Amino acid sequence: MEGATLSLEGIRAGYGDFQALFDVGLKVSPGEAVGVVGPNGAGKTTLLRVISGMLRPKAGTARFGSTDIAATPAHMLPGIGIAHVPENRRLFPHLTVEENLKVGAYIPAARRRYAEREAYVFDMFPRLKERRHQLAGTMSGGEQQMCAIGRALMSSPRILLLDEPSAGLAPLVVAQVFALVQRIRAEGLTVLIVEQNVAQVLRVVDRAYVLDAGHVVAEGSSAALASDPKIRSAFLGGH
Amino acid sequence: MDPFLLEAIVNGILLGGVFALPVLGLNLVFGVVDVVWLCYAELVMVGMYCVWFLHTQAGWPLSLAFAACLPVVAMLGLLLHLLVVKPLLGSPPITQVLATGGVLFILQGGAMLTFGTDFRSLGVEMPPMEVGEIFVSGTKLVAFVAALVSAAGLWAFLKFTYVGTAIRAIARDREVMPLMGVDPQRIYLVASAVGGGLAGLAACLLVVQLDVHPFIGLSFGPITFMICVMGGLGNMLGGFLAAFLMGVIISTGGFWWNTEMSYVVAFVFFIVVMFARPRGLFAR
Repeated sequence: MEGATLSLEGIRAGYGDFQALFDVGLKVSPGEAVGVVGPNGAGKTTLLRVISGMLRPKAGTARFGSTDIAATPAHMLPGIGIAHVPENRRLFPHLTVEENLKVGAYIPAARRRYAEREAYVFDMFPRLKERRHQLAGTMSGGEQQMCAIGRALMSSPRILLLDEPSAGLAPLVVAQVFALVQRIRAEGLTVLIVEQNVAQVLRVVDRAYVLDAGHVVAEGSSAALASDPKIRSAFLGGH
Repeated sequence: MDPFLLEAIVNGILLGGVFALPVLGLNLVFGVVDVVWLCYAELVMVGMYCVWFLHTQAGWPLSLAFAACLPVVAMLGLLLHLLVVKPLLGSPPITQVLATGGVLFILQGGAMLTFGTDFRSLGVEMPPMEVGEIFVSGTKLVAFVAALVSAAGLWAFLKFTYVGTAIRAIARDREVMPLMGVDPQRIYLVASAVGGGLAGLAACLLVVQLDVHPFIGLSFGPITFMICVMGGLGNMLGGFLAAFLMGVIISTGGFWWNTEMSYVVAFVFFIVVMFARPRGLFAR
């Protein structure tokens, strides 16, 4: 499938009376890797939930290519190429690795290409191939994160949304996860990644948005943000 | 071993096979939709009337009557979901239980108005078979084999198909399913139709053994719920195994004491299990 641009304008969203996002705008062009960084509670997860249809925005427009995300049922969005690896991975712990991948290939277009996609995922994550018959819940955190990313890749997405892929993982495993993100984007897949691990994520993305208390407070290229004194002192523990 | 005890055990296992189908159906619907169909045994009752009516009144061959019973009760399961359960999906569990309980009385009353309170018999009985020292009812044996084959078919559906895998997944995490392109509402429909279909199958197996009347559901409904809870509500394998355990307890209880006492023994066993393992015999 060819690329499509993700664009959000004036997005307001929240839960009940609590507003988590205030007039957030964001754009991700085909082939780009974009990061969203910010402290805990800044609204990063809410932003991804709006893009994958898990949460309806209260105002603003969200489009992916020609599709109005806010007007499309959430379960139709994987069909137009949006794949979301949610916070805390949300694997099915009582199903095997292979069954988790199978649920990831639920949409008709993915079922037709199941063998090809599974081979692709197993090539990228050889550990998953070794453990294909193991229950997902019995694997280590890093392996589970790989399984969650693999499950999302089964649908041949055009954009991959990653929510805190490094959360709860040992530093060595975090490095592996980011190396994989780099590989995925090198293959031309558009990536939008939400992270608290600012230093690491700025090394693998082209551009990033800084979110704080539901507002976009800064945006720019990774290099510019990494050298911005304000960002450094706020997130990178810099001098 | 005493041949009569052996016969009681064998009969218990055969009885367990008949319990197994409604237990699987109830567990499937509860696991997926998170609603207990209190009127499940009454769906079976409707299926039994359906077979009885088509065979003895409309003159259909028994095989055709069986074949018609499945889609009829599956459709009833669909309607139950669409008309009663779906509008109450966000309601407190007590509301849902009372609503499906209301359907129980509607189905009972409807059957009474339509067919009266007479016991209706299909009038088919296969000769008992002599196996070694014991006699086994041919009808019960056929019903048992059919129940096992159906359970195996259900297992294969849940294990090997995309929809079946999604059904097992959704039982654990509803909210995340749309991210995989799964529409939970559609999975609920599939589970309700399959749950209804299993009630239809159970009806075919029961109607050859028992006379049907409007209150027949009361004779196996409570025990079905008990088995589900004992195996762990929503736990398909646990319920399946508990069905056989319960069948053997009831049957051997009848051997040691008498048939009335056998149900008392079964309920006492159930209470003991609930104290020892409140989340079910096979909860992990």
